[in-house]
This record gives sequence, C-alpha cells and structure tokens, in this order.
Amino acid sequence: MAYKIKSAECTVCGACEAECPNIAISFKKGTYIIDPTKCSECEGQFDSPQCASVCPADCCVPA
Amino acid sequence: MGNVISLDSILGLGELKAPAESTPVAASGCSSSSCGSSDGPADMDPAVWEKVKNHPCYSEEAHHYFARMHVAVAPACNIQCNYCNRKYDCSNESRPGVVSEKLTPDQAIRKILAVAQEIPQLSVIGIAGPGDSLAAGARNTFATFEHLQKKAPDLKLCLSTNGLALPENVERIAQYNIDHVTITINMVDPEIGRHIYPWIFYKHKRWTGLDAAKILHEQQMLGLEMLTARGILVKINSVMIPGVNDTHLLDVNKAVKARGAFLHNIMPLISDPAHGTHFGLTGQRGPTAQELKVVQDACEGGAKLMRHCRQCRADAVGLLGEDRGEEFTTDKIEAMGEIGYDEEARRTYRDHVEAERAGRHASKEAAKAEVQETVGAEAAPILIAVATKGGERINEHFGHAKEFQIYEVGPSGAKFVGHRRVDQYCEGGSGDADTLDGVLAAINDCAAVLVAKIGGCPSKSLEAAGIEPVDRFAFEYIEESALAYFKDHAERLGRGAVQSRAGQDAVIRTGALTARRA
Ligand code: SF4
Ligand code: SF4
Ligand code: SF4
Repeated sequence: MAYKIKSAECTVCGACEAECPNIAISFKKGTYIIDPTKCSECEGQFDSPQCASVCPADCCVPA
Repeated sequence: MGNVISLDSILGLGELKAPAESTPVAASGCSSSSCGSSDGPADMDPAVWEKVKNHPCYSEEAHHYFARMHVAVAPACNIQCNYCNRKYDCSNESRPGVVSEKLTPDQAIRKILAVAQEIPQLSVIGIAGPGDSLAAGARNTFATFEHLQKKAPDLKLCLSTNGLALPENVERIAQYNIDHVTITINMVDPEIGRHIYPWIFYKHKRWTGLDAAKILHEQQMLGLEMLTARGILVKINSVMIPGVNDTHLLDVNKAVKARGAFLHNIMPLISDPAHGTHFGLTGQRGPTAQELKVVQDACEGGAKLMRHCRQCRADAVGLLGEDRGEEFTTDKIEAMGEIGYDEEARRTYRDHVEAERAGRHASKEAAKAEVQETVGAEAAPILIAVATKGGERINEHFGHAKEFQIYEVGPSGAKFVGHRRVDQYCEGGSGDADTLDGVLAAINDCAAVLVAKIGGCPSKSLEAAGIEPVDRFAFEYIEESALAYFKDHAERLGRGAVQSRAGQDAVIRTGALTARRA
C-alpha cells in the first residue's frame, strides 16, 4: 500500500514533498520519489492522499 | 548586452541636459499630472511615496530608473488557474508563473549579490514564483529573505501571492520587513471565480467548484485586510479575461480599494493554444488594447491603476521592459567565485536620480502651460508611441525597440498609459516586412511614434499607415517632447493637415520579452 510518482509527468515543483505527513517524499537525481516503506497512503491521517491532492500534474497515483 | 543601458549613459545624458535651476524637492507643490504619473507625491501619502518612489513596479516614475529582480525559489503552488500551465516552461515565454531555472535559497542569494554588483539600478528583490511564493509552507521564500536581510539590507523585498495562504503568513511577512505584497485577485464573486479556478488545495483537501472559489475569495480579502492593517503596502493584480471577468473588474477595484490596496494593476490575459493552458485550449481570447484601456479608464477613480506592469517572468532581471536573466544563469554565477557586496554605487545612483527628478517637475509644468495657452484646455488627447531604453528619454532606435511605451497626451499633460511589446524590426541590420506589420498593428491607435532614429523604409510604411514617425526629439525627455508634439499636432489638426486617429484599435502581443534577441 503506497503511492508513486509518475516521473515522466512530474513538474518537479515540490508541492507534494511539503504536504506528506510521513516525510516519504524526497528529491533524488533530478526528480521526486516516494519511499514505499514510509508511505501510508495517508490512511488515518487525512481524508485523501495529500500528494495526489496537491499535485498540479495529477501524477501521484497508487503504486 | 546590447539592450542594456549603462549607468554612465544615464548619468551622462543627465548632465548634458541639466535640470532647470533648483526647484524645491518633490514632496509639495506638484500637481499629479506634472509628476508624470498617477502616483506622484501630490495625491499620495508622503509615507507611502517614500516607500515606493524607488520601486520600479509601483511608481511609474521609478520604472524608468530602477531595476527589479525576481528569484525563482518557489516552484510549488496551491491552486490551479485556468490561465496557467506549470508544466510548460520555455525561455521564450514571458508571463507570470513561467521560469526556466529554479533556484535554491542559497543559489538565489549568490545570484542577487552578483546582479547587485553589476547593476547599480537594482532596488528591489521579489519572489513571484514560478508557483506561489507562500505555498509549500513558504519555506524557500522566507529562507531567502532571511539571508538577504543580513547580507544586503538596503534592498527592498517584495513578494507576490494568490492569497490562499496569506492570512497565516502575515505575521512572518511583517517580521522580515517585506514592505510590499502583490495579491492576484481576479474576482470578488465566487460564481465568477469558479470559471477561473478549477481547484485549490486548502487545509489538507482539494476543493473544487464554488467551494474552491469561495474559500480563495475569503482568504484573499482577509489577507488584504490584515496586511493593510499592519501598514504593509498591497498591490492587486487582476488578469482581464474577456467574457469572464472584464466588467466585474470594476467591482474588484472597489472592493480592494475599500480594503486599503494602494495600487490596482489590470493586465491582459495571455492565452495561446501552444501554452497548453485551459484557456489556451478552449480558445479563450485575451483583450485588445482598447478593451483593456476601457476597463482601466473605468477603474481610474477607484484604487490607483498601474499601467506599466510587464507581467515579468518569475526570474526577470533588470529594468522593466528588459530581461537580463540570461546573463546570470547558475553556471555563470558559479564561475564568478567570491562575490562581494558594495552599497556605494547604488547610493550614488539614487542621489543622482533624486536631483534629476526634482528638476523635471518644473520643466513638465512649463510644457503643459504652453500647450494650454496655445491649444486651449478643450482639445481631445491623442496617443503616441515612444521608443525608450529608460531614463525617461526618447533614446531608442525604432528598429531596435522591443516595446513601445504609449502615452496619452493632451492639455492636462502627458500620461503613461501602457506599453506594447513588439519584435525588433531591425535584426542584424536589415528590416523585415512581417515584423514591421506586427509593429504597425501594435501601435495602430497612435498618432505618432517618437524615436531616437529611424530608417527611410519603415518611415514610409508608418506614414502610409497614418502614424507619423518623429525623430526630432531624439534623446529629449519623453513627457516634455510629447507635449511639444501635441501642440504641433493640434495646430495641424486645426488646419486639416493631419487626420485624427480616434477610434483605431491595436493588438496586444502575447509573446516573449527576452534578452535573447538582443
Ligand atoms: S500518499 Fe500520503 S503518505 Fe504517501 S507519499 Fe503521498 S502524502 Fe506521503
Ligand atoms: S506535486 Fe506532483 S508535479 Fe509537483 S513534485 Fe510532486 S509529483 Fe511532481
Ligand atoms: S497562482 Fe500562479 S503558479 Fe499558481 S496556478 Fe495560478 S498562475 Fe499558476
């Protein structure tokens, strides 16, 4: 259970990184990635996955 | 570096035409039009004038003399606007939200120090994106300002925001001494807002439709009120979208004025299918020059309007109307090594501008009095286009101009009303007919174009189109020359020697303003 970032569509804006409650998102080699071991899909924390809600490119999706 | 005005050239010209004998300095005895701007000292609170007089974006007078710089440290955004596509990034593009090089706060500081050494006209550092400066917790924005306050305390700081995250950040804005904030407000009615904003991200949720527009509107109004209550200057930007919010902008103007905004800047929608924005793809058009002017004129009595906004990119560097960003890329700055910081050059430059401005008030008054005496107070004003590189002088060659400044001149004075971007007619020495057509369309509502120099060929085409090319005021001050031209024009109009151009419209170009073509 985790989200991932479709890197081909990511604009590298960093909005998702700032919103993730679990610090699962980081900037590596020119793009943002989600660490699946840290991602909880925001279960129990928020109504919706925060990264997907803020992403302007709609590229944060279930892995 | 071709398009750059050097400090020397401005200082030199200033001495060549020394201002008239000492006139008491601006603060009193100057009617608003003689200040050459709608925001001159006479109709502005002295405390506000002190804050804005050297700010190119806020004072029409200052925009001829001072430079601004935006640093692109804020890529994230918290809303979606139908006129923005953040995926699209092209260095030929010039609209808010677009930038080619994103910087970390450390890189931004280095870049600012490097530019400050190179360009003594630099007076303002702004953060305008490329996303929203207060999104993602505003971390990069405040980190940059915090450093800057320590390293270069004489530079003014400002930021632009869509307002959604403004209320929670007002305290920090005050703490970092940011004395100017720009909020983009396109509506005060959520019913209209839903056609501009498809969604917002607020309180950990994505909101759409009317809810989104309602929250955004409330946050914008609250943020505006909180800022003005703390004495922080607030400018409002509005994007004019024909058929969506064009007439509604009068209500926006009233609402923001009532809440203490000191300037309102109405700018045209930039829309092109190639940008991939929602409006671009749906064929939503931008306004024509006349449509824009009608709305701007209707708002004139409300919050003060600003007409010289260039919709600069989030990484623009230089005087308004020029962009030297490409001289200061990260690679080039890395290669510069240690960068010092010396306030002296900027202080000298500011003192010079103070003196020159004082002298100008007298000469503009004299030119106006002469027009009123000979032409009378009733004559209808005309529009003229001016080719300038800055310093409030007619000092650009027709073929080298990347934009023309438009002045409305009549018995009550010469007033800057806008600018029109064009392709340089003369690239590498020879003119090209297509570009000339573009220039003609851009200034089609003008009676004349005042230039430092112009070739025979374009002269003929301009005359054929009914626009008079005028080079006899080369290197003179713009407003005084415009008034002298108006006097002459009114006299010829009276004799039937020229035709009035009232009722003509012009095309607003949406393309680029970059240093690349220089
Ligand atoms: S779904 Fe939630 S926890 Fe997972 S990466 Fe996105 S914001 Fe972080
Ligand atoms: S919010 Fe979306 S576009 Fe922005 S960095 Fe994250 S995944 Fe990429
Ligand atoms: S606020 Fe600015 S960056 Fe964000 S979507 Fe609107 S125009 Fe684009």
